[in-house]
Amino acid sequence: MVTTFHYLLLGAALFTIGVIGVLTRRNIMIILMSIELMMNAVNINLIAFSNRLQQVTGQVFAIFVITVAAAEAAVGLGIVIAMFKNKETMNINEIDLMKW
Amino acid sequence: MIQILFFFFAALAAGAAINVLVQKHVLYSALSLILMLTATSVLFILLGADFLAVIQIIVYAGAIMVLFVFVIMLLNLPVDEDGADRLRWLKFIGIPLGLFFLFLVTATLWNVQAGTGTQSRFVGSPQAIGQSLFTDYLLPFEVTSLLILIALVGAVVFAKKDL
Repeated sequence: MVTTFHYLLLGAALFTIGVIGVLTRRNIMIILMSIELMMNAVNINLIAFSNRLQQVTGQVFAIFVITVAAAEAAVGLGIVIAMFKNKETMNINEIDLMKW
Repeated sequence: MIQILFFFFAALAAGAAINVLVQKHVLYSALSLILMLTATSVLFILLGADFLAVIQIIVYAGAIMVLFVFVIMLLNLPVDEDGADRLRWLKFIGIPLGLFFLFLVTATLWNVQAGTGTQSRFVGSPQAIGQSLFTDYLLPFEVTSLLILIALVGAVVFAKKDL
């Protein structure tokens, strides 16, 4: 029997993998992808609860999350390209112009 | 049947997600993320959210990830950017902290769990979603259009030559 609990557990696991990716990898593309991973984990939770409560609201919110992810990807990749043109690197530790 | 499908695709999604992090080359990470998104869309179908599953594949795997792959190939990246050995300790702190976070969330979920199963007959039809989107959530929908406009302008600004 697959319960909502299983889906929430999967969502938590995927979210944790995304958090670990943001914390450990220093490549900005990987970090952006980890953020996408975390948003996807949130989507799983929203849809699991949408199924649990038999309401469509969770799916509407999932659509909003996907929209935000698309906007974030567009702006984030624009930043990556501008950054790569200026510094020739993908490592965020070398982007320390504003570091005190 | 549902159990087999769920556990197979949940394991596939988790494995692909881990593969995103351990791959050295960014392109393999992006392809692995596409696999993870596709496996997740199967889980959406199991939850009865057919429309969201299609949206997931079209928008996420079809548009956003293609954008990622396009940028990776455009920039022609070197293989390993993580090479700086002075940051190895990040792994020894980040992974235990992440697992501790997972433990906390799991413990909380375990305490509040209720035993009812999911129902595959619940179908979020495009009609129901559209009805909810254009009546109850009309204002968020319009604000989202503003958000996309801002993102568009931002992307154009970042793409300018003399930034």
